[in-house]
Amino acid sequence: MKKKLGVLMLALIMVVVSVVGCSSGSTTKTNAVTKVGFLYVGPADDGGWSQVHDQGRAKMVEHFNGKVETVVKENVAEEKSAVVSTVRDMVDQGCTIIFGTSYGFMDGMVEAAKEFPNVKFEHCSGYMTSDNLGTYFGRIEEPRYLSGIVAGLTTKTNKIAYIAAMPIPECVRGINAFALGVKSVNPTATVNVSWTNTWYDPTVEKAAAEALIQQGCDVTAQHQDSTAVMEAAKEAGKLSIGYDLSAAATMPEVYMTAPLWDFSGYYTERVQAVIDGTWKSDTYWGGMNDGIVSLDTLTKLAPGSAQAQVDTATAAIKAGTLNVFAGEIKDQTGTVRVNAGTVLTDEAELSMDWFVDNVVGSVN
Amino acid sequence: MEFVFFLSAAVKAGTCLLYATLGEIISEKVGHLNLGVEGMMQMGAVIGFIAGFTFGNPLAAVLCAALAGAAGALIYALLTVSFKANQTVTGLTLSIFGVGFAAFFGKTFVGKKVPEAITTFFQPIKLPFLGDIPFIGDIFFNQSVYVYFSYILVIAIYLYLYKTKWGLNTRMIGENPVAADASGIPVDKYKYFNIVLCGALCGLGGAFLSLVYISVYPVNVVSGRGWIAVCLVIFAMWNPGKAMLGAYFFGALDIASFWLQKYNLPVSIYLFTALPYLATVFVLLFTSMRKINNKKEPAWLGKNYFKEDR
Repeated sequence: MKKKLGVLMLALIMVVVSVVGCSSGSTTKTNAVTKVGFLYVGPADDGGWSQVHDQGRAKMVEHFNGKVETVVKENVAEEKSAVVSTVRDMVDQGCTIIFGTSYGFMDGMVEAAKEFPNVKFEHCSGYMTSDNLGTYFGRIEEPRYLSGIVAGLTTKTNKIAYIAAMPIPECVRGINAFALGVKSVNPTATVNVSWTNTWYDPTVEKAAAEALIQQGCDVTAQHQDSTAVMEAAKEAGKLSIGYDLSAAATMPEVYMTAPLWDFSGYYTERVQAVIDGTWKSDTYWGGMNDGIVSLDTLTKLAPGSAQAQVDTATAAIKAGTLNVFAGEIKDQTGTVRVNAGTVLTDEAELSMDWFVDNVVGSVN
Repeated sequence: MEFVFFLSAAVKAGTCLLYATLGEIISEKVGHLNLGVEGMMQMGAVIGFIAGFTFGNPLAAVLCAALAGAAGALIYALLTVSFKANQTVTGLTLSIFGVGFAAFFGKTFVGKKVPEAITTFFQPIKLPFLGDIPFIGDIFFNQSVYVYFSYILVIAIYLYLYKTKWGLNTRMIGENPVAADASGIPVDKYKYFNIVLCGALCGLGGAFLSLVYISVYPVNVVSGRGWIAVCLVIFAMWNPGKAMLGAYFFGALDIASFWLQKYNLPVSIYLFTALPYLATVFVLLFTSMRKINNKKEPAWLGKNYFKEDR
């Protein structure tokens, strides 16, 4: 009898807890506003990639002043089924345009675009398109190159750590641009790459950074979404180049600068197109001139000579006289990949699977 | 020298596994297979971080983490010891519960930094004398106090299990609760005590990750390490000393990819990342092939004890 009572009590407690736990459910409005869906690969306040998109989203919402509502789903797994079910949920909630903000959402976005032909889809950093699926990205390699200049001038051991997520063209392109930036001011320095296989996992990112620092690197750069790499640099007393967002306020001990994203302009433009009924599938790839990418203001930790060199290069990039991937560029094996006097084609950039000669590491 | 750094990093990476493995050994010694290690680690990690973040006191954080893990284990003990629920299912449920628990309570803390006071407290400290031993000193005795505490625990748990009357009784219950009961040992009390102790240790293992190993709170900090700890118990053949060896071995596998990448090995990095899990499969395969290990396993492991059946 006592036991039965105990079980009953336990069951009761569980019911109460679950009811209380669910009571904060969301309420949906049914106004005639445009609903926009956003899928993030990490938490919206990851201090990096997803936060950049969330800031762009917030500015876009502000711009439309009540005419646009957004549905956000954080921590979406980079799996087809996860993306498709999230999209279904968003469409159920009335979304007419959906932004997928991670490369790994591609298969799911393609599938979802087929399933909902009347909904517009935009996939960041991918290459698959259809009538209702467009892609968008920015030439982050331009500010990456500039940040390479800063790193190349900073390093004393001539070894720079670069913690990167996945061996895919997007990351490889960034590493190569960075390495070319380093090379332009410091031909003897090497860029040492470590892959983590994750966009956002502070545990792994920090362990990877610690390993490279122990191997003699004194500047870190990253293609990761958390600040863990900079934390590792801070503990070891090294300096850092960030990514995505300015870390001047959060990591003042190590932060020199970072390649930055700003998606607000693009999001506003595309949502406006949906409202106007002029949206068409497109492959957008903006550069520093469009404001979608930029280099953060250098902090006091950056070497004094860096500002002038960065300014010169920035002006040249904006004027179109400096192309990051202008020849002659050799890969790690010494093979000439880009001939002198030519520049790399967009197609070759989008399928890049080789490292320039001052990179230590491998693409596999 | 670089290899010494690597081994030192391996010890650090393996410490969370060591705590959890030691806990699970105690639980299994008393006959309870608790597959909830992952869940209890998650609970310890999140509560430890929240307490650390709120109070800014390292000891309070660690204590809360241990209590959180113990609370998780208490649910398990209540269900399996008192209500005789199936151990495997209960353990799995606890794991799922713990992951959800951590996600729910940790949501607002994602991206928050561990307070300075705690980071400083857990910074590596070089021990006098021991730290000066070449190689060994750099690897084992230039670590955080959290790591040193795990060394003490290994010895303490060994002494507890093999050199005290309580340990003897504990092991006896795991081997044959009927005989233990007949000789007047309070079986259920022992089970509760050991299971809850296991939970506290798992909680400590989880909090090592969220307080020492990383400095920013992530979404899923434990990310499967609890399962490796369960497997490590078999690898260690229920022996605290061998658990230490196993934990560092798996710690080394965990970070191996970052140290091997510069050699440009013709092996995919995905394989490196999968190494700990592949090794887990092999460990289970080999141990199940070798007959002698079956003798090391507590005879009543996974079976509930019904007094009325006696």
